[in-house]
Amino acid sequence: MTHRARIRPTSPGNISPVQVAAATIMWFYVLAALLAPLIAPYGEAEIVGEAFAPWSTQHWLGTDQLGRDFLSRLLYGLRNSLVLAVTTTLLSFLVGGLAGLLAATGGRIMDTVLSRFVDVIMALPALIFALMLLTVFGTGAMQLVLVIGLLDATRVFRIARTLAMREAAMDYVEAARLRGESLRRIMIAEILPNVKAPLLAEAGMRFSFVFLTVATLSFLGLGLQPPAADLGSMVRENATLITYGDFTPLIPAGLIALLAMAVNFLIDGRLEEEEGTIHGG
Amino acid sequence: MGVDARTLVSMRDLVIRRASDDRPVLDGINLRIRSGEVVGLVGESGSGKTTLGLALLGRIRPGLERIRGHVRLEGEDLFSVPAAELAALRTARLGYVAQNALEAFDPAWRLLRQTTEAALLHGLMGERTATNAATSLYGELGLPDPEELGWRYPHQVSGGQLQRIMLAMATLNAPDLIVFDEPTTALDTSTQETVLKAVRRLLRKSGAAALYITHDLSLVTRIAQRICVLHRGRIVEDAPAEEIVHRPRHPYTRALWGVAAGVRRSRPVPEQPLLELRGIRTGYGTGPDILHDVSLQLARGRTLAVVGESGSGKTTLGRVIAGLLPPRAGEMLLDGEPLPPRLKDRTQEMRRRIQFLHQSADGALNPSHDVFMILSRPLALFHELSGRAAQQRAEELLEMVDLPPDILHRRAARLSGGQKQRLALARALAAEPDVLICDEVTSALDAVLRNGILQLLNRIQERTGTAILFITHDLSAVRAIADEMIVMHEGQAVEAGSCADVLKAPQSEHTRRLLAASGAGSSRFMPAGQ
Repeated sequence: MTHRARIRPTSPGNISPVQVAAATIMWFYVLAALLAPLIAPYGEAEIVGEAFAPWSTQHWLGTDQLGRDFLSRLLYGLRNSLVLAVTTTLLSFLVGGLAGLLAATGGRIMDTVLSRFVDVIMALPALIFALMLLTVFGTGAMQLVLVIGLLDATRVFRIARTLAMREAAMDYVEAARLRGESLRRIMIAEILPNVKAPLLAEAGMRFSFVFLTVATLSFLGLGLQPPAADLGSMVRENATLITYGDFTPLIPAGLIALLAMAVNFLIDGRLEEEEGTIHGG
Repeated sequence: MGVDARTLVSMRDLVIRRASDDRPVLDGINLRIRSGEVVGLVGESGSGKTTLGLALLGRIRPGLERIRGHVRLEGEDLFSVPAAELAALRTARLGYVAQNALEAFDPAWRLLRQTTEAALLHGLMGERTATNAATSLYGELGLPDPEELGWRYPHQVSGGQLQRIMLAMATLNAPDLIVFDEPTTALDTSTQETVLKAVRRLLRKSGAAALYITHDLSLVTRIAQRICVLHRGRIVEDAPAEEIVHRPRHPYTRALWGVAAGVRRSRPVPEQPLLELRGIRTGYGTGPDILHDVSLQLARGRTLAVVGESGSGKTTLGRVIAGLLPPRAGEMLLDGEPLPPRLKDRTQEMRRRIQFLHQSADGALNPSHDVFMILSRPLALFHELSGRAAQQRAEELLEMVDLPPDILHRRAARLSGGQKQRLALARALAAEPDVLICDEVTSALDAVLRNGILQLLNRIQERTGTAILFITHDLSAVRAIADEMIVMHEGQAVEAGSCADVLKAPQSEHTRRLLAASGAGSSRFMPAGQ
């Protein structure tokens, strides 16, 4: 994690300016996503004029390939993408993280069953497998979240299992067993707090990758279905404009990048804080 | 000594704090020493003994600060005397004998020169007079060849001799008060005796008052007329030596006696053993046997030491009893009832009755949990305590292991090594166990912390009647804590019996070798872990 070393809060306990900026950006995204229907000048799928119209007072960022208001699509896209990314990441960490902890603490048989199952899934090319699943179960936001979330969960599983394995060998886990703690309690109360930090860092990365996966699937027609907007697809759909020297399609791309950065900076801050408290500053 | 003897030094309401965390080291000390009186100051390591001794000399170590209070030497406040004047005053009227003479002497200067240095520096004596005085002091202290001795360097004399030369250094100027800071702790028993005799003779002859600091209560009763017991920066008991010996009032003093006695009082052996192992054989996985046919008996309220080198199988034995490693053959009985080999087959009540203390408290305490969380789990699981009741009990447990209650919400990772081991012990005690298995609990600690833990275990056994299985490779710890012992070698118990018997007259060749290797068990510093 080379990027972590560079960002240090000015002093432990103080929040660095980078943290403040990242938090501000996050709030801006959350507000925009929440208020999209109120602040968007036009509807999400509303065709309001010529295709690829340039920037004007009526359409601040022009229109897209079908003549829909780009700014409005951007706000709705932000909302859709954010909801998609958050739920997918949550799902993958819930499933993958818990399965990983279970594999590490639940005994050899449990570990073998879970690990081999995950090996099989990971042996299949993720994208092809996702395409297959989406073809079988149909396309839609719900299916998208489930498929991407569960596929990502396999990677989370591996990390969580490795981290938890190391903790499970510690004497404090043995002490918990000796006093008769339940398996669930050992996983959640004893081990999880000690693997939380690296898992959180991984969550930041996963969160950013979800945008790419959704965009890729949308490109293949299996992502969010039109006319729903998402940031990734907006880049692709309007990419031709770049050839004409118009950088409007780069705006959704920039928004994805900015969001990914803000999320990772925020998590870095949490980790520094965490380390500060564990290792005594 | 007459009742009307005048007060030489007095300490009034002295409070000294550590500057870094505002923890009081001395918390309101009142102490009076009359001229010619020898006062003993007893307490565990970390109780503030040395700080008090130095304060009597008007000195406060760096990192500490005086909050309030005075030290007066015949009415003169030592803390308000200018530094240069204080130095002169100390040379003329105060003496100090440090714990470790080897560190107190400069290796580059001859002993005579160091003995007389202060007297010459402050012009108290001429060179000829000082040399003569030092030489005659050497003789009085029973040092060999006093004429020649002063021309040697510190490394050319033994530790006991060096300590006596330091006595000479402290008394050369005929001070009114001498502070002895554990002058015999670093010495072996016979040398200790010689030095102690020298101290006694010297004090009687010079008529100086003294504060004799030590952690060894039995030793101080032989030299002091009055004894003060220091505990956590407070004097908890201050009485004539006679009274401290026969009628100690404060529970802490009584606890100190328990340890000071050195050899534990023999208690009647109950007829039925609490824990019994018969013919235990075990190993890991499909590997070879690690224990071959091991049997032992542990009675209520007693301590059994399991001694052996690393790899002898002593830790494995502890794990078998704890239920962490099922035996391949043999049986275990708890109070006459069969004890299931596997932890998961044991009832919660059985788990409560047998507690296991890990070697490294560092790993045995979850670094993300706070102290209360750590203590409240066994309370909830074994005694169904929660909320206010659990909090109260947790505070009692901290008190029991000498931890301050204000750490209750501190994270385990933020505690010191000694505190962690005490906390781990408190967690085990939370279960109110019948059997406490201690797996090398003192081997990662330095000598001071180690002694603290041993004393604590003794005190707790006294109070709760818990039987202790003490697994160790450290024979001096065995002396301090165990009633019986078994010696393990290559998975077999090669010797078993009462500690006194085994240590005095070992039967097996291996035990003899262990004893020889331990150097009569006077190890002052333990290597960390294995």
